[in-house]
Amino acid sequence: MDDVTTGEPLIVLDEVNKHFGPLHVLNDVSLSVGRGEVVVVIGPSGSGKSTLCRAINRLEPIDSGTITFDGIPLPAEGKALAKLRSEVGMVFQSFNLFAHKTILENVTLGPIRVRKEKPAAARERGLALLDRVGIANQADKYPAQLSGGQQQRAAIARALAMQPKAMLFDEPTSALDPEMVGEVLDVMTSLAREGMTMVVVTHEMGFARHAANRVIFMADGKLVEDAPPTEFFAHPRSERAKDFLSKILTH
Amino acid sequence: MAEFLRVLTDNADLFREGFFNTVKLFLIAGVGSLVLGMLLGAMRVSPVPALRAFGATYVNVVRNTPLTLVFAFLVFAVPKLDVNIDYFPSACIALTLYTAAFVCEVVRSGVNTVATGQAEAARALGMTFGQVLTLIVLPQALRAMVPPMMSVFIAMLKNTTIAAGFSVLEAGAIPAYMSERGEPQFAVLLWITIGFLILVLPLVALQRFLERKWAVAR
Repeated sequence: MDDVTTGEPLIVLDEVNKHFGPLHVLNDVSLSVGRGEVVVVIGPSGSGKSTLCRAINRLEPIDSGTITFDGIPLPAEGKALAKLRSEVGMVFQSFNLFAHKTILENVTLGPIRVRKEKPAAARERGLALLDRVGIANQADKYPAQLSGGQQQRAAIARALAMQPKAMLFDEPTSALDPEMVGEVLDVMTSLAREGMTMVVVTHEMGFARHAANRVIFMADGKLVEDAPPTEFFAHPRSERAKDFLSKILTH
Repeated sequence: MAEFLRVLTDNADLFREGFFNTVKLFLIAGVGSLVLGMLLGAMRVSPVPALRAFGATYVNVVRNTPLTLVFAFLVFAVPKLDVNIDYFPSACIALTLYTAAFVCEVVRSGVNTVATGQAEAARALGMTFGQVLTLIVLPQALRAMVPPMMSVFIAMLKNTTIAAGFSVLEAGAIPAYMSERGEPQFAVLLWITIGFLILVLPLVALQRFLERKWAVAR
């Protein structure tokens, strides 16, 4: 995948800092993600990569620095923030589907209640999205009746139903049984091919290799490396990255 | 046995009026405390620190004040501020203010049973705080709230008898009238106990019904 970036970047982080008590979880992080770009964030646990991902739609407020989405600085709270969040899809490690709603209701709730779309139209698009992620036949079931992989694909469909400008993935396959990882990654790969702007926190190096435009390596709250995947995996520059890769790629 | 029944039939008017007012007090204060308690509960889980602090302070002050004292404030102290409220409305307000503190805590504990990730996912979709609460959290929290909520309301039903000490003719005031009429206290108190048991039965049935209705697969 070649450079697909056009125009001004969609997501810009500038000298972002965040502390959890004494822990400096984001340390002067600056990053920009272009439209249509797929950025994979990797790093050891506790490196701040999930916090980085969650900061982009302000599920984690930051201490200092600025985050700009589509040219607008993140609003602090209220309606403006809600509107921004509706334009950024988010997929969580633990799926977080609404347990009291069917799969189709999970997918249509946002469009109907937040976007005020007509229920019939939202339903139609919801079913099309469920079909796209391969679980149209599960539409009327409840989340607890689905496998982990199916639940995560439903969660991706729920985020896509809002027709977001970008998608954030916070370790989307880490809670899955190994045999279900592939089905979720397939959906993500096809999204990337279609030009969706994506920030993906993951431990799936295969996905990083074949779907990412850039790989970001984080350690101790700092953004240590930022390179195309072929370059990063073949010639990591920092000791931290070499050390990390040697630990995960030897098995 | 005939004597026992006679106590009821001879004084049916008094029993009827007493229990009618008990039910009226219960229903008015029930609706009032449910609404106020839900609001306070929403404050306690809201993202605004000032609202959280207000909710917590209300609960800690009101819940730790004896109910008779809350009544005394409304019946004896508030009129000193040139605000005159009748005895019956005063009793409704006292019960509402007091019970709302308990309802608030039931709401808060119910909300805490819903996985935080779902609220986060709802916020990430762009829902407002009110939407997150009413569309995602409360529908799931309700089920966990039913048993403790019923305990609060059963306690409130019995707490209505405090109003008797503040010039409201409700079931708790019946014994005093009956002793004036020279009726045997044993029979009188037994009838009042039976009356309260009958009033509690629908609440227990309602609890069973709601628990079944809201049984969600997780």
